[in-house]
Amino acid sequence: MTAVSSALIEENGTLQKAIRGDHRLVCDLVTQGARVLDVGCEDGALLDLLTRERGVDGRGMEISQAGVNACVARGLSAVQGDADRDLADYPDDAFDFVILSQTLQATREPKTVLKQLLRIGSNVVVSFPNFGFWKNRLQLLFYGRMPVTDYLPYSWYDTPNIHFCTIRDFVALCEEVDAEVVKAMALNDKGRKVGFNAPWWVWNLVGQQAVFLLKR
Amino acid sequence: MELYENAMTSTTSKADDTDNEPATRLVAQNEADNPSSKKVVFGADRALALDAGEELGPWQIAYETYGTLNAERTNAVLVCHALTGDQYVASENPITGKPGWWSLMVGPGRPVDTDKYFVICANVLGGCLGTTGPASLNPATGKPWALDLPVVTIRDMVRSQARLIDHLGIDTLFAVIGGSMGGMQVLQWAASYPERVFSALPIAAAARHSSQNIAFHEVGRQAVMADPNWAGGAYHEKGLRPSKGLAVARMAAHITYLSDAALHRKFGRNLQDREAITFGFDADFQIESYLRHQGMTFVDRFDPNSYLYVTRAMDYFDLAADYEGSLARAFLHSQTRFFVMSFTSDWLFPTQESKVVVKALNAAAANVSFVEVESDRGHDAFLLDEPEMFRTIRGFLTGAANARGIPAPGGGL
Repeated sequence: MTAVSSALIEENGTLQKAIRGDHRLVCDLVTQGARVLDVGCEDGALLDLLTRERGVDGRGMEISQAGVNACVARGLSAVQGDADRDLADYPDDAFDFVILSQTLQATREPKTVLKQLLRIGSNVVVSFPNFGFWKNRLQLLFYGRMPVTDYLPYSWYDTPNIHFCTIRDFVALCEEVDAEVVKAMALNDKGRKVGFNAPWWVWNLVGQQAVFLLKR
Repeated sequence: MELYENAMTSTTSKADDTDNEPATRLVAQNEADNPSSKKVVFGADRALALDAGEELGPWQIAYETYGTLNAERTNAVLVCHALTGDQYVASENPITGKPGWWSLMVGPGRPVDTDKYFVICANVLGGCLGTTGPASLNPATGKPWALDLPVVTIRDMVRSQARLIDHLGIDTLFAVIGGSMGGMQVLQWAASYPERVFSALPIAAAARHSSQNIAFHEVGRQAVMADPNWAGGAYHEKGLRPSKGLAVARMAAHITYLSDAALHRKFGRNLQDREAITFGFDADFQIESYLRHQGMTFVDRFDPNSYLYVTRAMDYFDLAADYEGSLARAFLHSQTRFFVMSFTSDWLFPTQESKVVVKALNAAAANVSFVEVESDRGHDAFLLDEPEMFRTIRGFLTGAANARGIPAPGGGL
């Protein structure tokens, strides 16, 4: 859904070399040996990392069959599925962690999806691109055009990202669905964690991506 | 099974009924009781309880094995064959002389690697290649069982296989794998013996036989039974053979294993050994010739009554029905790793049927992978050279073997 992830899909097999910044952060949040569902798992890069470094019992859900086949071929468990439709199949509390990595903005009903994640998992990890990032704001302000960056390379008419939000928007959504924000982190455009504590409005400017750990 | 092989053979030879029985058919008759493969005979004191409510005993199960069972007995893979398959999954069939029916999948260095796994494949209960079926001798009468054999189910087949696995001293199977009716057995294994199945691979299968599929089977059975030589099932003792009926059954069934696109690609409207249509009912078209050939070669290797039994077993299969209508309940608390596979052009066991299984497994929070393979070759795709199938099955089994601690050939994980 982002330039980073699509580049990784194309370079299938060389993933271990470059671990995505948000993957690293997500990995740090997940406990050893946990039962994990990765929604929007693409070719399994994050699941593979979690399996190797955290020894998780991992499953993936991915909308593209090519992604699913790539996961299975590398020995990971994955099913073809649509976050908007198929999360309803899982029972309550089926997983210790449910991860939605760079996918929320591509769902048709982000609020419903978030509720389902909170129902299925004891812990929910969501990472998403922050539309409030200063470079995005500048493009809109100065050019009057929807932002197109290296990180979000799509034009408005061909983007799979139909529900962009900012960090502050997401915090508001969490309140609306009664989710507790256990931890929140912002990543700058180098993919590194913003290393200082700051009010939401600052993160909302300097964070290119955000990673949230939520509980019901 | 023999898709596209000898497809262009002309149809000048005639299917015969009683005279000049081909040698292959005599071999087939003998194989029903004395298979070329390994077999275990269970005495009357070790009868098999059947779903029909009867005890079958003495009975026997014929099987073949490949590779070596490791010292921990953790590397056994059970392959379940489809409707008219047999135990010769990776070795020559003694009747037809053809290579194993899944030798692309099973063998040294293949996805089901016999250098790594101990592979077992048994002829199904109700079959005709050495496991007790209607062609086997009924010890009570000294004549073939024919229709006196109780109707068997997929669960009965699996029960008989479990007895074989017990006999081989294997507690847990590393994997149970099969396509079509074999996939039904895989699902039944996972439901009946979850603690004995580390991983399960139902391919091109379903958790129940659809109405349309029952309908096709009924056409096949009616074709067999409408042949006067069927003689109410007693053709063995009367020295008859309902070859024409069975051939028609096979022809009809064979169409369901293919796809419109595959037929069109292979045969189109091409004529068979002639320049123009003949305004008659000979096999003008290649597809007709092909189907007639499929029918005729089938009757040499398969027992007509056995065909009734195995098709019936599939018809009766409805896994959810045994669990108060909830398929998820069949897999509740299962620790088995599942890998469900379907093919895009399979209209006999369409992807939708596999998705029903996946949905139920998800509802049971089971460990499941699901792959749909793009292919235009219809249901039979699972028997053919489909690289994506091999790639994903190899990956799945390797991942599962690592989790089970089965080393790769040559040592190491």
